Amino acid sequence: MSEARPAYGEGFAPKTVVFSPDRPLLTDGGGRIAPLAIAYETRGTLNAARSNAILLCHALTGDQYAAGVNPVTGKPGWWEAMVGPGKPFDTDRYFLICSNVVGGCMGTTGPASINPTTGKPYGVDFPVVTIRDMVRAQAMLIDHLGIETLFCVAGGSMGGMQVLQWAASYPERVFSAMPIATAAKHSAQNIAFHEVGRQAVMADPDWRSGRYQEQGVRPEKGLAVARMSAHITYLSEAALQRKFGRKLQDRSAPTFSFDADFQVENYLRYQGLAFVERFDANSYLFVTRACDYFDLAADYGGSLAMAFKDTKTRFCVVSFTSDWLYPTSDSRAIVHALNAGGASVSFVEIESDKGHDAFLLHEPMFIATTRGFLDSAANARGLAPDGTSK
Amino acid sequence: MNYTPAADAPERPAQPLEQSRLDLAVIAEMVAPGARVLDVGCGDGALLQLLAQKKGVDGRGVELSQRGVNECVAKGLSVIQGDADTDLSDYPDDGFDYVILSQTLQATRRPRAALANMLRIGRRAIISFPNFGYWRVRAQLAFSGRMPVTGRLDYHWHDTPNIHLCTIRDFVEIVDELGAHIERGVAFDRAGAPIRFSAPWWVWNLFGEQAVFLLERGDQRR
Repeated sequence: MSEARPAYGEGFAPKTVVFSPDRPLLTDGGGRIAPLAIAYETRGTLNAARSNAILLCHALTGDQYAAGVNPVTGKPGWWEAMVGPGKPFDTDRYFLICSNVVGGCMGTTGPASINPTTGKPYGVDFPVVTIRDMVRAQAMLIDHLGIETLFCVAGGSMGGMQVLQWAASYPERVFSAMPIATAAKHSAQNIAFHEVGRQAVMADPDWRSGRYQEQGVRPEKGLAVARMSAHITYLSEAALQRKFGRKLQDRSAPTFSFDADFQVENYLRYQGLAFVERFDANSYLFVTRACDYFDLAADYGGSLAMAFKDTKTRFCVVSFTSDWLYPTSDSRAIVHALNAGGASVSFVEIESDKGHDAFLLHEPMFIATTRGFLDSAANARGLAPDGTSK
Repeated sequence: MNYTPAADAPERPAQPLEQSRLDLAVIAEMVAPGARVLDVGCGDGALLQLLAQKKGVDGRGVELSQRGVNECVAKGLSVIQGDADTDLSDYPDDGFDYVILSQTLQATRRPRAALANMLRIGRRAIISFPNFGYWRVRAQLAFSGRMPVTGRLDYHWHDTPNIHLCTIRDFVEIVDELGAHIERGVAFDRAGAPIRFSAPWWVWNLFGEQAVFLLERGDQRR
């Protein structure tokens, strides 16, 4: 194990822990990842009792930069609305940890990393990873940080799947859990959308059977299309209508061509282009696959309740009314299982027309709910407002 | 004839909590310290908070209204959005020591099924409800010939959530049918004074404006 600092922009010093080959990550698919680097960020201060640590799990294409300025994009972190001093994930009170998932492309070992057996990038030879593999890698990081029990594990979408997996795999290490806008299994529709994205990447001639890195090209067009189709699923029809409707872009009449006449086309094209700047196409294949394979109940004889049997973890499940990618019914299934397992569970469906993305945005009721849940959990855990152990 | 649509009716004056939800204190008194409690139709969580403070219970709630659920969760209570009529069947047997239904029975679509589920989920059930056999209720219907509107039943017939009203006698009968056993029962008059337990049923039924019952599952009797 050693602390390394990969070369990013000046003034930016991400933390990375590298686990040496004698501590490989053995994957569900029978793969072996070694050495394993995990890139992470922390905010706030770990108290003396090591009892105030929160692990934030990022969504599909997120990264370890939950708050502050993302050094790669120059934009605010993905959970800027929720993380910071005085915000629900209060950095004055809690010690926040956010790592990049295994299979990702922001410093944690993934398909763009060098395969030690060939000396070349893994590409599609990277072991197919699962949500449980991602959580196993996170647990190695939490061990490395010397934290026995996490005060809370929280995250939305794919991050929410990790939260559920944490609670199932390590119940004694998770004091409270917030699975947000997520599901205990990926639906056929979810898998279908991901397959469209993967096929778009693989149909790009520059994908080169996943070996594009060695050949100095990138399947940007395919990845941009993948992002465009995925982006639609993150929004709601109401939000798209409100924002764009059928408004035209920089013109007063249609051009009767395939230019981006409509504002919504222009918007999606921009989203696709911005995405290829920061994300690796092979990583996109691997993280979408990890979500598709996720089916927590299947690991427990088909009973989701068994995954949470006798858990002491306090749960707060949150869904959003206009989220059609991970609809409220998915969250209800989780809540029913937790109830059957006798767990302490709260469930709130937040009224919002912003679709799946609502969990990343400023939703006052969501913020109030999170604050209320964390405050009461902190009291139960004996955490003072300054984050010290009472 | 002087007709006032309900929407134009003046706002009802807010009653002080102690008086308006007298049943909460009585329910709290019936619950053993440290018990596992499920409050069905928990509203804004007032009872769960009271139980946590006074009795140190491990409380959970189910509430139909999103507003109520959000208020509860913001208070740090373990509450989920759900419907007593449909969601209780999802709960496993014997998950709780007490299942409470305060001032909600009359608003359920299938009160008998709700009660049966409560006695399945919990060893004991506590139910509080407005007594439709209360003399003022009877008098209003008898003398004015109109559906009663009282302090406990303060809705007009056409906009009331209360669809299955019953009297104390009716309730005792359904408890019998369910094979459950009444461990305790308390009725209050309009002033909130309890009617003596030793009083005969007809006195309760006539003078009790509301009632609270602690039931025990039938198979618990020895």
